[in-house]
This record gives sequence, structure tokens and C-alpha cells, in this order.
Amino acid sequence: MNKFGFAPAKSRVIEYDSMHNQLLDYIIANEPSFSTCMSCGSCTATCSAGNLTDFNIRRLNIQIRHGELDGIRQEIDKCMLCGKCLLVCPRGINTRNAIMIIKKGIVNLGIE
Amino acid sequence: MIDVLIIGGGIAGMEAACTLHDLGFETLILEKEKQLGGHLRNWDTLFPTKRKASEVLEHYVKEIQQRGITVYLNTDVTSVKKQEDGTFELNTGREVQFKTKTVLMTTGYALFNAERKEEYGYKIYDNVITSADLEKILQTAKGELRSPSGNSIQSVAFVHCVGSRDEKSGNHYCSNVCCVTGVKQAIKMRQLLPEAQVFNFYMDLRMYGSGFEEMYREAQEQWHVQFIRGRLSEVAETIDKRLQLKAEDTLSARPLRMHVDLLVLLVGMESNKAAADFAQSCNLACAPSRFVQPKDFHIESNKTNVEGLFTAGTAIAPLSVFDTVNHAKAAALSVSEYLKKNN
Ligand SMILES: Cc1cc2nc3c(=O)[nH]c(=O)nc-3n(C[C@H](O)[C@H](O)[C@H](O)COP(=O)(O)OP(=O)(O)OC[C@H]3O[C@@H](n4cnc5c(N)ncnc54)[C@H](O)[C@@H]3O)c2cc1C
Ligand code: SF4
Ligand code: SF4
Ligand code: SF4
Repeated sequence: MNKFGFAPAKSRVIEYDSMHNQLLDYIIANEPSFSTCMSCGSCTATCSAGNLTDFNIRRLNIQIRHGELDGIRQEIDKCMLCGKCLLVCPRGINTRNAIMIIKKGIVNLGIE
Repeated sequence: MIDVLIIGGGIAGMEAACTLHDLGFETLILEKEKQLGGHLRNWDTLFPTKRKASEVLEHYVKEIQQRGITVYLNTDVTSVKKQEDGTFELNTGREVQFKTKTVLMTTGYALFNAERKEEYGYKIYDNVITSADLEKILQTAKGELRSPSGNSIQSVAFVHCVGSRDEKSGNHYCSNVCCVTGVKQAIKMRQLLPEAQVFNFYMDLRMYGSGFEEMYREAQEQWHVQFIRGRLSEVAETIDKRLQLKAEDTLSARPLRMHVDLLVLLVGMESNKAAADFAQSCNLACAPSRFVQPKDFHIESNKTNVEGLFTAGTAIAPLSVFDTVNHAKAAALSVSEYLKKNN
């Protein structure tokens, strides 16, 4: 179980100073609604993948914000692209499209 | 000709009518319902004091009667027309034509219709009610409180932000008072049902007013209300009429399931028909929230873009009774200044 980030964290402290946000910039440029998330958890509650695995789409947003990208490629592949999350989002975020863009961003930016 | 015609006899309209009368102006109230009072008629006790809403209303109705202020009930104002000479004519469908120097619009708000959030099952499942329904139930509650389907209540959940802060409902704004209403009602449920568990599902708890935070703390400390940070994604009914809730407990980042006997939706406030009607008949400006847009939110919050047409209370935004009464009192002074200048 990886409860705190995708891999055991080196330090418990979130280093805001050295945050690397290339992926976040890429997502927001292509799906601006991604930045309006208020962490309500509706998406996670309804998520097909989240009910079977420890995949958590809401937390993924925060981890990307923190630049915690270790293992993100495997993590994002747990999403089944069913689109249930975007039906419940109160901010009208196109979460499924955000996920497609994260996948693309990982390749384009060469993130492991 | 009348000095001020007040449209809407809720607390805002009544407070302003008394103050304007005392300042020496001829004042008249037009109210579409068969009684004065507005939404407060349907509330049991008021936050943050827990005082009976009926006491507050009785006070205002008495003040209106003592001053002999004329009130037309069952009078729905459908249009306001500005005349060339700067005065106004109002249409109500009645024979009488109402002519006035100024208009004070205190038409209040409308409750969000919870049927629009189908995933919460209002009017589909028996034991899903709104906060407004609960106030009505509390007004007449005697003996043991049971769920609408007749079951004993062992657990209750409140859902915050129903119809507010929600793209899908078309309402981006926060309704301001439903958080503290949820706390008020959660305490009440624990008092009436000492054995029951009470949960509040929130995204942010907005205890913005005096005494609100203290009520929140009281709910935790004295009544053991459990606050869960997460928004319900869906509700389903079980065979025995209980409700299955799905949410994420966002603070522990795990999906959550729960069964409750009663689900209360904290419905938000919306602008009512009057704002849209008057926008049509006299070009009244409304904000993106569809509430009336004050001329200047900071300096002239009782004026509108139409000279001589004033506003107060929840016609401009969701407000508590405290804020509504103060805004109405200020409106009376604003109208008075205008009449003195233009007479
Ligand atoms: C569930 C719930 C619980 C609440 N509990 C509390 C509480 O405990 N404490 C607190 O401080 N606040 C509470 N509030 C807020 C409170 O209801 C408002 O602050 C208050 O009602 C505002 O008064 P008002 O006069 O602005 O509007 P309203 O109460 O809406 O009155 C407006 C009046 O105008 C009339 N009207 C509308 N259109 C027309 C027309 N075209 N022609 C003629 N008449 C018209 C209406 O019939 C009504 O009588 C609660 C709100 C909700 C939703
Ligand atoms: S699209 Fe992916 S993240 Fe959204 S609900 Fe389906 S599995 Fe979950
Ligand atoms: S439902 Fe929307 S706002 Fe809520 S956590 Fe998910 S993405 Fe964010
Ligand atoms: S006051 Fe609370 S419940 Fe009401 S809309 Fe705002 S955050 Fe939601």
C-alpha cells in the first residue's frame, strides 16, 4: 500500500520551494478547469477504479500540485476512463480529459 | 401620491416600513402572500440565539399594526414602470393602480428546488427531506420524532451546499447561511433524539457571523455531532427505507459508505421571480448570481441602477436575519435622503 505519495517519501516535509510543476503547467494549459478543484471528493467517491484499488483521483490532483510525480505513470493507468467522475464534479471539471492530458504530458515531458 | 411603496413584507420590508414611517414618510407594503413575514413564518428557532422565529415575527407585525401602516396582502407585484416625471407605477393585477415617488424592493429569495439534484433522491426516496422541511417538522414536533416513512431515527446526515457552489445547478455562489443552519439543526436533532448519531457532510464550514463558530463548537463538544469533510456523490434507498450514502472522507483520503434513517439537504437560496420580472419591466440590473445588483456594493448597497428604486435584504444576496434587518434600516435612510432631495 502506498498511502503517502507514490513511493516512500524521502522526507515528510512538502518542499514548496523546490516544487517542480512542469506537468501542472501542462495540464492547466490544456484543461484550465483542473485548477478549480476544491477537493470535495465527489469524484473519488464515485470512481470505478477507486472502489477497487487505492487509486484516488482527487489526491492525484494535490500530488501533482506538490510535484510528487514518482510512479505517476503506473498510478494513472489504474483509471478506467469511465467518466463517472465528471458527472458529479460540482466545479464542472472535465476530469477525464485531465487524465488524458496527464497521460500525454507524462510522455511529452519525459516523466518516468 | 405615496412616498415609498415597499414590495415584499418579509422582515426586510417590515423593518424598513417602520423606520420610514417614523421618519415621517407615507409608506405602504404590498405582499403577495396572505400573511406578512416571508420565510421566517416557516422557521422554528433562529441561529445564533435559538430564539423562536415566531417571537421575532410577532414583534414586527405588532410594530406595523401600532403605526397603522397600510398593508395589501395577496398582492403580487408583476411589473414596475418608471414614468417620465421620475415616479413609478406598479402592476399587481388588482384594479387599483399604485403610484409612488420611490420603490423599495424587499422581495427576498426563493429556496433552491432540491428535486433538481436527482442524485440525492429528494421526492424520490421518502426519508430525504430539505432543511426547510425540517424547520416545518420542528415547528410542530411533539413526542418522539420519526422519519417520514415512520421508522425510528438512529442516524441522521446533513448535506451541505445543496444547490450552492455547484456548476451543475448553475449556482457558483455560496448561500452563506446554510452551514450555520446545518449546525443549528444538527444540535436540535441531538436534543430531540439523544440516542441518534448526527453527521454533517461539508466541504468548508463557513461560520462567518458572530456566534456561529461558538455554535459549531457547541455541536462538537456538547452534542457530539460528527463533521465529515466530503461531498456526497450519490444516495440510494435500501429495502427497509434507509439511505445508503457514498462519499469520500477526504481527510483520510478513503471512500466511505454509511446508512442513515434520515437525510437532510441544506438547500441554498436563489433569486426569486421578482428580480427577473423587474429587470424586464424597468431594466433593473441583476448580478451573474441573478440576485439584484446594488449600484455600489460598498457605498450604495441599497441603491440600484434605476434612480428611485431601492432594495434591501436577501433580494441582493443570501443574508441572515441580522444582516437583513441592518440592511433594511440603512435602506430607509437612503430612501429618506432621496425623497428630501427630490421633493
Ligand atoms: C432553511 C433556512 C433556515 C434559516 N434559518 C435562519 C436562522 O435561524 N437565522 C437567521 O438569521 N436566518 C435564517 N435563515 C435566513 C432567513 O430566512 C433570511 O435572512 C430572511 O428570510 C430574509 O428576509 P427577507 O425579508 O429579505 O426575505 P423573505 O423572507 O424572502 O421575504 C420576502 C417577502 O417578499 C414577498 N414577495 C416576493 N416577491 C414579491 C412580489 N413580486 N410582490 C409582492 N411580494 C413579494 C414574499 O412573499 C416574502 O413575504 C434561514 C434560511 C433558510 C433557507
Ligand atoms: S474516469 Fe477514471 S478517475 Fe474518473 S471515475 Fe472513471 S476510473 Fe475514476
Ligand atoms: S469532484 Fe471535482 S472539485 Fe471535487 S475533488 Fe473531484 S475534481 Fe475536485
Ligand atoms: S454556507 Fe456552507 S453549506 Fe451553504 S453554500 Fe456556503 S459552504 Fe455550502
